[in-house]
Amino acid sequence: MTQAAQAVPETATLAAEPSGSRRRRGRTGYLLMLPATLWLLLFFVVPFYSLVATSLFDASGSDFRGYEMTYAWGNYVDVVEAYWQPFLRSLWYAALATGICLVLGYVLAYAIAFKAGRWKWLLLVLVIAPFFTSFLVRTLSWQLILSDEGFVVDALQFLRVLGPDDRLLATPVAVVAGLAYNFLPFMVLPLFASLDKIDPRLVEASSDLYAHPFVGFWKVTWPLSLPGVVSGTLLTFIPAAGDYINAEFLGSTNQRVIGNVIQGQFIDANNSPVAAALSVLLMVLIVAMVLVYVRRAGTEELL
Amino acid sequence: MPPSADTAATGAPAPAAPGPGSGAHDGPDGGLRLSSLTKRYANGFTAVHDLDLDVPRGSFIALLGPSGCGKTTTLRMVAGLEVPTSGRITLAGQDITDRRAHQRPVNTVFQNYALFPHLDIYENVAFGLRRRKVRDVESKVRAMLELVELDSQARKRPAQLSGGQQQRVALARALINEPEVLLLDEPLGALDLKLRRSMQIEIKRIQVEVGLTFMHVTHDQEEAMTMADTVAVMNGGVIEQLGAPAELYENPRSTFVANFLGQSNLIEGRVLSRSADVTTLDMHGITVSVPTARTHTDGEGGWIGIRPEKVLIGEEGADLDAPGNTVPGGVVSDVSFVGVSTQYLVRMPWGQELQVFSQNTGRTRMFTVGEKVELSWRPEYAFCLDINQDAAAGVDDGETR
Repeated sequence: MTQAAQAVPETATLAAEPSGSRRRRGRTGYLLMLPATLWLLLFFVVPFYSLVATSLFDASGSDFRGYEMTYAWGNYVDVVEAYWQPFLRSLWYAALATGICLVLGYVLAYAIAFKAGRWKWLLLVLVIAPFFTSFLVRTLSWQLILSDEGFVVDALQFLRVLGPDDRLLATPVAVVAGLAYNFLPFMVLPLFASLDKIDPRLVEASSDLYAHPFVGFWKVTWPLSLPGVVSGTLLTFIPAAGDYINAEFLGSTNQRVIGNVIQGQFIDANNSPVAAALSVLLMVLIVAMVLVYVRRAGTEELL
Repeated sequence: MPPSADTAATGAPAPAAPGPGSGAHDGPDGGLRLSSLTKRYANGFTAVHDLDLDVPRGSFIALLGPSGCGKTTTLRMVAGLEVPTSGRITLAGQDITDRRAHQRPVNTVFQNYALFPHLDIYENVAFGLRRRKVRDVESKVRAMLELVELDSQARKRPAQLSGGQQQRVALARALINEPEVLLLDEPLGALDLKLRRSMQIEIKRIQVEVGLTFMHVTHDQEEAMTMADTVAVMNGGVIEQLGAPAELYENPRSTFVANFLGQSNLIEGRVLSRSADVTTLDMHGITVSVPTARTHTDGEGGWIGIRPEKVLIGEEGADLDAPGNTVPGGVVSDVSFVGVSTQYLVRMPWGQELQVFSQNTGRTRMFTVGEKVELSWRPEYAFCLDINQDAAAGVDDGETR
């Protein structure tokens, strides 16, 4: 469903493609748009329609008995009442993970872009390297790292940061850490792309114009890296808000996020209308938040 | 010559100027002084070697040389963007060697301008004032934008301006801070020839108007000579020669300067006698004389140098108005007519081709290839250089533009 949310601006760019003044060129343009249009129709519009339709089915039906289309808008009210907590938790965890990723990712991307010299490309490969293993395997290995007998817990207990009976696994800390770890590359890469484009002479110019290095960073480097910050936070926040693997493997029932609920409703409870209503709600919520965020960041002015 | 003292005095008193009393101890005018400045990079390359330079306050100096001669490194050390390996930098009586870039009363006009793309023209120009928390930003920026004739563009972004306009913004952004020294790092390199000419005059006008010290780095000899009061010709990390443009051109002390600034004919000669006024040399069997003041070698031999436009060309046996050094037996091997002058290559009996530029005054006819001619020049225009120097030094560097 997160892919669907990203596909929306794609249609907009396609439609905005400049059309030639001559008719033949115009027709070629439409022909070239055809594959993408078909793709969107087949894999976005149709599924989205089906999803919205399902969310309006009578919730008392079941996958076996079939559903009745009753325009049950009440489904939405019901799911908000029942599941507002995992909803908020999803957004809260995703926001925390995005914040952590931004801090860690910015430092890393900055170092790679400006300080790594000839190690630049090797470091970038290392950033992408985790993608060579599957998402599940990586999350499962975090179970080992954060396990009660693992070295992280041992070390923290030794330092009295954790009490003797405290644990990391099955806590919000573990879920957020897992999210931050899994989505860090999505933050680092756009940040690197933005930072790497910054002419180092601009930073020199700022210090030549009496700006202390910190001020120079704040007035020159940071604003010029904003496009990377915006795309990095979006690429991290959107999938993190919909993710349920980290909560599933690293959390407990107390850390259930909306993804877990949707999965449970759809697969275990066989309650498709509720799952669909939750999905639509999550999608609408994220699109709305992204729109507000992009509008407020005002990055189009930087281009 | 530097601008008159009163220009420098009335030109707005720099707020960045250090406190009272300073400047009195070091140097009469508190200009910029570089003492045994050296920059050696980690890879062992010495960009600047033991450089000494005094730039009086209010003067316009150009560091001229081919790429890699150390001129930009010198400028960057003054700006504080590069840390010298050894040596000191003194400005307005204060040692600024250990100060960081943002603490120095120095501003730079960068090559390719380095304007902040996310700020409009107004904010670009105001940047330095805002960092120093200067009051009255509004009126100062307005006045500066008027000076560079960009007041109507204040709210545009740098990318919306033409190259020449961006150049003026870069100048305004540096000038507004009234620095002790304004550094210009090849500021006109990105402009086309016509615009470059008008900007050269423009910058020179502004320098006289504001009375600040300007240090200009360029590899364009014409630019250096038009704009600067003093030119320092740099090569291989050292200053080869320092002086007023005319002095450097007329009396070069090394083959590099002779070739890099304009063109020179360098002919091998052997010293016959030296007196207080005149040095006499044997030049492939012809006796020629060079003023001793323009003889820059103590050795047996020397390169006799003469600028192509100082050489007169005439028919064999013609009576040329150049008593002294007459060189017969030349054959014209190439003629190119460029309008204001005709440029000849003349093959001499000893095999060397000499360049001759003949002004198109209409008084002499044009010679054709293969014609026998006689060359001549007034002895006072000739100079004599160390024979151990490479006669081709600086030739290619000077030509490329």
